[in-house]
Amino acid sequence: MRSWCSVAAIVAKDVAAELRSKETLSSMFIFALLVVVMFNFAFELRVDNVRQIAPGVLWVAFAFAGVLGFNRSFVLERENGCIEGLMLLPVERSTIYLGKFLGNVLFMLIAEALILPIFSVLFDLSILHPLLWLVVALGTVGLAAAGTFLAAMAVNTRAREIMLPILLFPVTVPVMIAATKATGQILDGRPVAELYAWLRLLLAFNLVFTLLAFLGFEYVLEE
Amino acid sequence: MCKTAYRWFPLLIGATALSMIGSLYLVFVYAPTEQMMGFVQRIFYFHVPAAWVGFLAFGVAFIAAMTFLVRRELGWDMLQIASVEIGILFSTMALVSGSLWARPVWNTWWTWDPRLTTTLVMWLYYVSTLLLRRIVEGEERRARFAAMLNVIGFINVPLVFLAIRLWRTIHPVLFTTQGFAMETSMLLTLAASLLAFTLLFACLLVIRMRLERLNNEIGRLKQSLTMLANEQRGVP
Amino acid sequence: MSLAAEQHNSWAVEADGLSKRFGHLSALRNISFKVPCQSFAIIAGPNGAGKTTLLRILATLSRPSSGWACVNGLDLQEAGPAIRRHIGFVSHQTLLYGDLSAVENLRFYGRMYQVPELERRIAEVLVQFDLTERHADPVRTLSRGLQQRLSLARAILHRPSVLLLDEPYAGLDARGADNLDALLRRLQTEGHTILMATHDLARGAEMAQQLLILVAGKIVYEASSAALSAQELQSIYRQYAASVPFRGEEVVR
Repeated sequence: MRSWCSVAAIVAKDVAAELRSKETLSSMFIFALLVVVMFNFAFELRVDNVRQIAPGVLWVAFAFAGVLGFNRSFVLERENGCIEGLMLLPVERSTIYLGKFLGNVLFMLIAEALILPIFSVLFDLSILHPLLWLVVALGTVGLAAAGTFLAAMAVNTRAREIMLPILLFPVTVPVMIAATKATGQILDGRPVAELYAWLRLLLAFNLVFTLLAFLGFEYVLEE
Repeated sequence: MCKTAYRWFPLLIGATALSMIGSLYLVFVYAPTEQMMGFVQRIFYFHVPAAWVGFLAFGVAFIAAMTFLVRRELGWDMLQIASVEIGILFSTMALVSGSLWARPVWNTWWTWDPRLTTTLVMWLYYVSTLLLRRIVEGEERRARFAAMLNVIGFINVPLVFLAIRLWRTIHPVLFTTQGFAMETSMLLTLAASLLAFTLLFACLLVIRMRLERLNNEIGRLKQSLTMLANEQRGVP
Repeated sequence: MSLAAEQHNSWAVEADGLSKRFGHLSALRNISFKVPCQSFAIIAGPNGAGKTTLLRILATLSRPSSGWACVNGLDLQEAGPAIRRHIGFVSHQTLLYGDLSAVENLRFYGRMYQVPELERRIAEVLVQFDLTERHADPVRTLSRGLQQRLSLARAILHRPSVLLLDEPYAGLDARGADNLDALLRRLQTEGHTILMATHDLARGAEMAQQLLILVAGKIVYEASSAALSAQELQSIYRQYAASVPFRGEEVVR
């Protein structure tokens, strides 16, 4: 389908630009790493069993890394007015959303793949659960769906660095809760049946938000 | 639209004042004291209507936002600003009154209960949208972004109700499957409070919209004056 | 050279009653005009007249507050993606990705516009705009003149029938401006319709076949320049541009 070619082209372009500058992924990774290390360090001094807070730490790290990534993906477009270049293309605005959204998911997944081993070492927890990867993927999709949409708005404001987290965190509370709970249950080795409610919530949020953002992106971009 | 509203406004204020006084009497004199919680239970008659008005306000904002996106008339933007601000005001009252009630009854100011969490998240969300308004430049863009956020944000309201269906809650539930779990005199008092608060909402909405309209008018005048001054000086 | 145009009627661009308000500010007031196919029209006006706003609306980057416009017979509001296929837009900003090279930028846009035989077309365009030397360097490292040329290359890559140029001469030195003159002349002979916005008629007046003077959001003068020479056009423009902005003046034909 023609639109998917366009979406793929946008993702490819973002990947090519990233390979050239290597700014986004490295800052996402470093930031997430800092969060994981700092939280581990800070709580080690006070909490007996650091593993209790591990899921929360992981998802906070992912969320902050995500915010960095989403912001950068649109700051990149602001330079030289490239967002207008995208708007001039003979595609629907929602195609642009999909392209940026999938690019963001990709970058987040890469950063997360790099963080997870370190997390595993610091908190002494095994991450070799396919279900865990599923939860990470679903949570990432949720964060990226909301983040891409809100970043497109936030990047137009004066205080763009602070605006995105302020908007994003209330919106993605369902994702954070579900992802953290599910991660905790998997790491604790709870039976799979207990996961279903959280997985359902993640899926529902992802579907609803992606659809809303897809339809509404036109209003965000227009002048 | 506004002219007729303003003509009836004194009547609205009068009705609000009367219903407020009436419900104050009902709350403090007429309503019976609840057996388990005692006198503090009367916060209920402020807490519930405040929460209700919050939801109502965000619902009005939702409709105004959608209408704005379709019709692009700034009047609808004014309605959404006013509604969201008032909604935040009343939601704050609901959160604070709930907290004051929780302390003696649950022995804690706050707990991460589904109902409380979802309400707080809703509050945070709408406060963020206000912040966004302050930061975005360009009147039309500001209105458009706010409208988008208000349309999406309204999902918070049913979520507050749904949350207690999905998870267990320690928050008292009014509408159980067996009907209202309350005595008729309490129900009456609650109804009166609801009416009073709703009328208050209407008053505040009218006042806030008038304020916004006047503000815009001032802005417009300032701009015309600046343009005139520039033309006199030959500035393009 | 074939053009990606479907000429439904003889007007490349048609506008009627176009207005644009930004809050209380009226950037465009009741703009109506027609530009015939394959002609070169200049929209002249002082800074702040609304030229950029008008071009952006025609490029579907901006929505008009009221009125309608058609490009190649397609309505702006209804046929967004279809219209954009026929439009090439050059603005103040280069719309180029700084980290990518010239070729990579062109390849991206080419893919999105689904340009047939893309690599050949890219090579062709690089030669045409004299960019072959630095084609693999990141755009960030190119000079302003080179970036401008690349931006123009990007705009015509997909062979649009209508070109919208917003002050393309801005920031170009004499040699760059001469090159642009030659380029525009060539594009004109190839059959593109060109709308150029400028605040200075020193360049482009010879090629123009239509002149619209925009002041404070209104068209105050319109002429098909078959009747007038370049110098006459320039003096008329100076006259309008120098005077105090109009309020409520009628269009002078």
